Amino acid sequence: MFDFLSFLPRAVMQGIPLMYGSTGETLTEKSGNLNLGIPGIMYVGAISGVIGAFFYEASLASPADFRAFPAVLISLLCALLGSLLMGLLYCFLTVTLRANQNVTGLAMTTFGVGFGNFFGGSLIKLSGNSMPYLALSATSSAFRAYIPAADNWGWFGKLFCSYGFLAYAAIIIALVSSYVLNRTRAGLHLRAVGESPNTADAAGISVTKHKYVATCVGSMVAGLGGLYYVMDYSSGIWSNNAFGDRGWLAIALVIFTIWRPNVGVLSSILFGGLYILHMYIPTGMNLAVKELYKMIPYVVTIIVLVITSMRRKRENQPPASLGLPYFREER
Amino acid sequence: MRNETKREPLFHITKRSVLPWYKAWGIRGGAIVLALIVCALITTLMTHQNPFEVFATIFKASFSTQRRTWVLFQNIAMLLSVSLAVVPAFRMRFWNLGAEGQMLVGGLATAACMICLRDVFPNWLVIVCMVISSIVAGAVWGVIPALFKAKWNTNETLFTLMMNYVAIQLVSYFIIVWEVPKGAGKIGIINQSSQIGWLPSIGGQKYLLNIIIVALLTVVMYIYLNYSKHGYEISVVGESERTAKYVGIEVNKVIIRTMILSGALCGLTGLLLVGGTDHTLTTSITGGRGFTAVMVAWLAKFNPIWMIATSFLLVFLERGAGDISTNFGLNQSFSDILSGIILFFIIGSEFFINYRVSFRHASKQEGKAHV
Repeated sequence: MFDFLSFLPRAVMQGIPLMYGSTGETLTEKSGNLNLGIPGIMYVGAISGVIGAFFYEASLASPADFRAFPAVLISLLCALLGSLLMGLLYCFLTVTLRANQNVTGLAMTTFGVGFGNFFGGSLIKLSGNSMPYLALSATSSAFRAYIPAADNWGWFGKLFCSYGFLAYAAIIIALVSSYVLNRTRAGLHLRAVGESPNTADAAGISVTKHKYVATCVGSMVAGLGGLYYVMDYSSGIWSNNAFGDRGWLAIALVIFTIWRPNVGVLSSILFGGLYILHMYIPTGMNLAVKELYKMIPYVVTIIVLVITSMRRKRENQPPASLGLPYFREER
Repeated sequence: MRNETKREPLFHITKRSVLPWYKAWGIRGGAIVLALIVCALITTLMTHQNPFEVFATIFKASFSTQRRTWVLFQNIAMLLSVSLAVVPAFRMRFWNLGAEGQMLVGGLATAACMICLRDVFPNWLVIVCMVISSIVAGAVWGVIPALFKAKWNTNETLFTLMMNYVAIQLVSYFIIVWEVPKGAGKIGIINQSSQIGWLPSIGGQKYLLNIIIVALLTVVMYIYLNYSKHGYEISVVGESERTAKYVGIEVNKVIIRTMILSGALCGLTGLLLVGGTDHTLTTSITGGRGFTAVMVAWLAKFNPIWMIATSFLLVFLERGAGDISTNFGLNQSFSDILSGIILFFIIGSEFFINYRVSFRHASKQEGKAHV
């Protein structure tokens, strides 16, 4: 029997990092920047938060002095700062220096993943742990805290109230981004920049400013996804390369949601489900088939990509200037 | 200036006409030197070692022993081979980020021939099958996104990226099917005793065959891109699809044909990796070369001859950074950070090659300010 009550909450928890990543990448892509550095940025966000929490926990005289609020605040701010710096670097190279976006993004992913694993490894050494991981259980428990009464609410509590605050924040951020993009003047300007920077520029909208703001905010949102993964999903345990290829999956999810963060709320949970489906499909002794099931999220993405391009609905297309640098004097 | 309140901006940027190659490479060289200084500073901060020691380590990593030099050239050959594979697509502005996957299926086809045909065919026939099947497998993997791009203009960057993961899972499936011994989760060296399907080594040097093949490939690709009708069509499609249509080039045909070529060469690289050197199949056999190749090709401005220099540079620095991390007791990922920094500097330096920065009063001709 398929166990929905254990499957669904795990799918949600698996989907939240993807939701952060895809919301951030959608905001970025709406400004015309195809940021392939998102996987690296999510690593940097995660490790920055871990570094902040680690030094906060290390600075305490005794574990009894631990306060949840400063711990959460410090690691949140560190994660936001780390991913903001990565976003600024990307903008400086692609917007100010007009470098190729694909090349810059790939270099940022190399750098970010290396940065995460290097400082992760160094912290593990510093903590004197003989195992190859770092555990921040105190800070993590603050991130994972939920309404205590939810345990008594049966399936309802388990399905809707058993997550840490960052999970709900992800949904709120996605809905707010959707609102800002489609219902406000700032969103209209941003979309104009992504669709046709020449036109936007002629209308007096600052292309550079919009690209910078959208990409930096997008990076910070994506960085939170990395933080959620470490602090909540994996209970504050950092081990190198554990985050895996979720960053690339988040980029795929942007296509899947046809550039709409509100669609992303459900579809990232769906993706989270597809990601762990192989653990729930009974395959008996045949372990090899499990590897084929892990293909499902990627195949589904390809199918969606093909279908959206076949239908050619104008509202479902990527921003027209996606991936192209803008130089005013080049017409 | 009549109007006192309206001032010219502090500096403005104009596009340069083509810069002579020695100036362009001078700027790139300057960026690399700056990047190395920054890397040395960071390494010195981390290890408290003399920065010159750091540079010596980078150099020794590739040239201290003969074996290291061979490994250096083998790595250059493999990276160059993938870069040659992706360059026709890039010239067409078709962003093939799927070289990883195309290599993997090429390697998978090679391994399949080595394992399934070893008891059926003689050695030479197995090798022939390996060559054909790996090239076909790579071509098929490459042409799928191209068909959709040509027919429905499907975004190729994301399509090829996803195909990588499909390939990785396909390879993990077959690794478990063929695992030796059962439950090990890996294949191990294929045909260790019989050496069936191992590409021959020339003059006792394991890597020489790969290096020769890739050297030939470089020359052929250079001629193909610069002196053949196909190469010309690729350039026209890359510059402007509308122009291409206007002069009667069948754009879709060019896209599909070029991606078959690109995928086939990636498949061939997979063959060289599995059949030529590693004699095993893992999901990490490509070592991220499919992504590094993007930078190799881009830094060389999609010119196969310059790509020899850029792939040398990247491999040399990566091996140097790897040795820094082992020698000074840093974690292996340190080399990724150093490679990242060096790439950022090179990427940034392209700006000063393509654009001129002129300041308000002193109309300086050269943008001297580096990144």
